[in-house]
Amino acid sequence: MRKPTDQEVDLTVAAMLRWGVTSAAVVVFVGGLLYLRHPWAGVPDYSHFHVENDSLRSIAGIFTGAVHFDPRNIIQAGLMVLIATPVARVVFCVVGFARQRDLLYVGVSIAVLLVLLYSLGSGAR
Amino acid sequence: MNVAVFTSLLFFTSVLAGLLGALTGLGGGVVIVPVLTLVFGVDIRFAMGASLVSVIATSSGAAVAYVREGLSNIRIGMFLEIATTVGAIFGAYLVARISTHWIAGIFGIVLLYSAFASLSKHKETPEQTPANPLATRLKLVGSYAGPEGETAYCAERVPLGFGLMFGAGTLSGLLGIGSGAVKVLAMDQAMKLPFKVSTTTSNFMIGVTAAASAGIYMARGYVDPGIAMPVMLGVLSGAMAGTHILVKARVSTLKILFALVIAMMGCEMIYNGIAGRI
Repeated sequence: MRKPTDQEVDLTVAAMLRWGVTSAAVVVFVGGLLYLRHPWAGVPDYSHFHVENDSLRSIAGIFTGAVHFDPRNIIQAGLMVLIATPVARVVFCVVGFARQRDLLYVGVSIAVLLVLLYSLGSGAR
Repeated sequence: MNVAVFTSLLFFTSVLAGLLGALTGLGGGVVIVPVLTLVFGVDIRFAMGASLVSVIATSSGAAVAYVREGLSNIRIGMFLEIATTVGAIFGAYLVARISTHWIAGIFGIVLLYSAFASLSKHKETPEQTPANPLATRLKLVGSYAGPEGETAYCAERVPLGFGLMFGAGTLSGLLGIGSGAVKVLAMDQAMKLPFKVSTTTSNFMIGVTAAASAGIYMARGYVDPGIAMPVMLGVLSGAMAGTHILVKARVSTLKILFALVIAMMGCEMIYNGIAGRI
């Protein structure tokens, strides 16, 4: 199998990124429409930071809420898709470098991936 | 004010921020946080959460355009992302440890620096230096189509650049911004990479860096759907429109104007931080 050039790898990855962002934006937009179905409701108090209810802060909570069509959880689910796209980009780079037989950079990308997964893991609990 | 008006105001402000950020190369995140806190009176942590997700959206959305230019260096970007992602986690950890007065003050300084950096003239450094052995071993080399045909380049002062990238990542996680200005500083000034390679590689790195702190922001509740939704959609549409109308038009006047606005917001943030109002 022919080794792909850097440019080819980059383009595949960039196209994937655009898909990720587009789908995230669509989900957030749909959530936004549902969120605004009571347009005359009052604005929540944002002037002082307060911890949101748990369902908006954990992966399990967000997806349970989104499945039940809770608008705020649908928005959060779209944002989770968005956060996942750069992570997927690093995964694609691991594959791309492996196909180029560039072991040094397979290692570098895996290191970045591990840092990201550590962060998401410690954040999501 | 009701939810519909509040959301629309946030959306249109964000479109403007994204548009100006793309046209001037400063990015939308660096403007949206001060606007949300100073104009809308939103707590700085909610503002940072909304900004951070917008930063991921614009960075990933613009990647196609940048890659097609063939200027970003995927290896240099990936290597330096080790430093920025670790820095971003450290920065996100710091947010919960230091007071918002300090965050506002540091934000103000970063705004002032970004305004200054966007206006300062950058000269291409064509002088050929002997290939740096460490950079060669790490494959931090490349070539790009310069004014005099294909020009090869090789990174210098790798440890310094790596250290600065850790700092850029920390600022990103601490302030909820892409910190593109500091990333460009590390590549362009410290590592002596060509300016265009630095800016495009920086954009490429911003999304991954931001993702490293986004999970922590989300778990802490900094990302509120009511604010993040209009801001993310707005900044993204503004930035997309901005890259389309970027026809090397007369952006210099706009750039000076925007830099002045950013500098003023920087002073306002520092003042509010010291006065204890943020």
